[in-house]
Amino acid sequence: MILDYVLLGFLIICAIGTTYAKRLLDTVIIFMAYSSVMAVIWALLESPDLAITEAAVGAGVTGILFFVTLKKVHALKGTRD
Amino acid sequence: MKNDAGKWEKFFKWINGETTLDSVILAKSRRKRFLKRKLRQQKAQIMANKLKRSKRKIENVICLIVAAIFIGILLYTASGLPICGRWENPANNEVTKRYIEKGVEETGAVNLVSGMILDYRAFDTFGESCVLFTAVICVAILLKRDKNNTDITEDTETAEDDAISNADGNLILKLSAKIVTPFILLYGIYVILNGHLSPGGGFSGGAIIGAGLILYTTAFGQESTRRFFTYETFKKISSGCLLVYCFSKGYSFFTGGNHLESMIPLGKPGNILSGGLILPLNICVGIIVACTMYGIYSFFTKGDI
Amino acid sequence: MLKFLTENHYEAGAIILFGIGFLNLLLQDNLIKKFIGLNIMDTAVYLFLVAQGYIVGHTAPIAQAGEAALATKFVNPIPSGLVLTGIVVSVSVTAFSLALVLRLYKKYKTLSLDAVLELLKEDKEDESNP
Repeated sequence: MILDYVLLGFLIICAIGTTYAKRLLDTVIIFMAYSSVMAVIWALLESPDLAITEAAVGAGVTGILFFVTLKKVHALKGTRD
Repeated sequence: MKNDAGKWEKFFKWINGETTLDSVILAKSRRKRFLKRKLRQQKAQIMANKLKRSKRKIENVICLIVAAIFIGILLYTASGLPICGRWENPANNEVTKRYIEKGVEETGAVNLVSGMILDYRAFDTFGESCVLFTAVICVAILLKRDKNNTDITEDTETAEDDAISNADGNLILKLSAKIVTPFILLYGIYVILNGHLSPGGGFSGGAIIGAGLILYTTAFGQESTRRFFTYETFKKISSGCLLVYCFSKGYSFFTGGNHLESMIPLGKPGNILSGGLILPLNICVGIIVACTMYGIYSFFTKGDI
Repeated sequence: MLKFLTENHYEAGAIILFGIGFLNLLLQDNLIKKFIGLNIMDTAVYLFLVAQGYIVGHTAPIAQAGEAALATKFVNPIPSGLVLTGIVVSVSVTAFSLALVLRLYKKYKTLSLDAVLELLKEDKEDESNP
């Protein structure tokens, strides 16, 4: 029961964190953490298919896509927004 | 004296990992392009700031108020929901009972979710595979390189990045990819083949295989992946698998709820060769998802598969 | 309202996350942060759906060998199946939108939506008065 509240609180804090991060690199990393905790919540809600898929797709492939886009847009290497 | 101080600074930066030696050498041409790009970005930013500041603040406040009212209405409506997790909730009706109680004997799958999405509701999964295929085609239209699309600056930058990363040797990435990639691909194939016996299925297995291919391409370069995965292969495999799925389950569009029996026997639940059409459809979906994930990554980085 | 927040905490959390994602989509200037907001909205809706199908005390819907599959032992499998499709569609939408962002950047060299709209207006004016 307490675990539910802690995980939901972490999700909300991550979501607010992506709003206020200054660099785009930080935003994408916080988003990948959000996806990973979402995968844990799927496992808590007794749906193992969703947990595997969200871990592989949300934290894996979507994160890679965002990083590749940031590289092409020259937003890495510490530049601000 | 000044030159020596500059060289020592660059040397310490290289030790700390902030630059590489080659990037120091190539610095001059990069600096010119960097300055030009910075100039254009500053011009665009000045233009954005020209919008009157007061107008933007009023818009922000109105957006916040509208969003707060919207979320308030949603919270008030959802507070009428029954308590989460009760057995008597209206969401658990006779459809759920039928799927759980008759699921194993009618579909032959032990994993009831897989049996549901590939037998009772196979048409929805067909629609979802079409969405994936359409996404890859749209990304290909936007990003594939041809005569009108090539940009000399971008090509030089990509070539420079490749030269820098190859000059370093990439030793850690290559060694770890050599060890880990066979296990990732094997695990992906296991998840697809056991989709009807344990959690997993076509989507998760396909995503895992796609991630393994992405790791292989990043470590060894696109030339080594092009030995077995070219654009022609991609076209044939993707459209072939989608057509196989279409011909096996697309008749539901015309017959509605009536079910045509496939000639494949159901077998004993618990074996790998059981479940009728579920195993071939899982393989089709897995291949489509893997090709899509790898194709999207490859169009983003290189512009071509 | 307090009873709602403590007993249906998954639904309440999903609605709050939907609100945060929606505000990101509306108010951010940077294009990539807008699409991260869209992604957060998607996952919030999936959390709401799966919370509807959860039953306290029951387990995952995988029938064990030799035991009868009773409806009193398993969680509702239907919302799980819907969300599985949804997660993959969310990835497709993200990939397509990032491809659009790349093409916009190649032409206008900026990621800020206001700047792109201003430059678009200028291009149109240049076209109409040569």
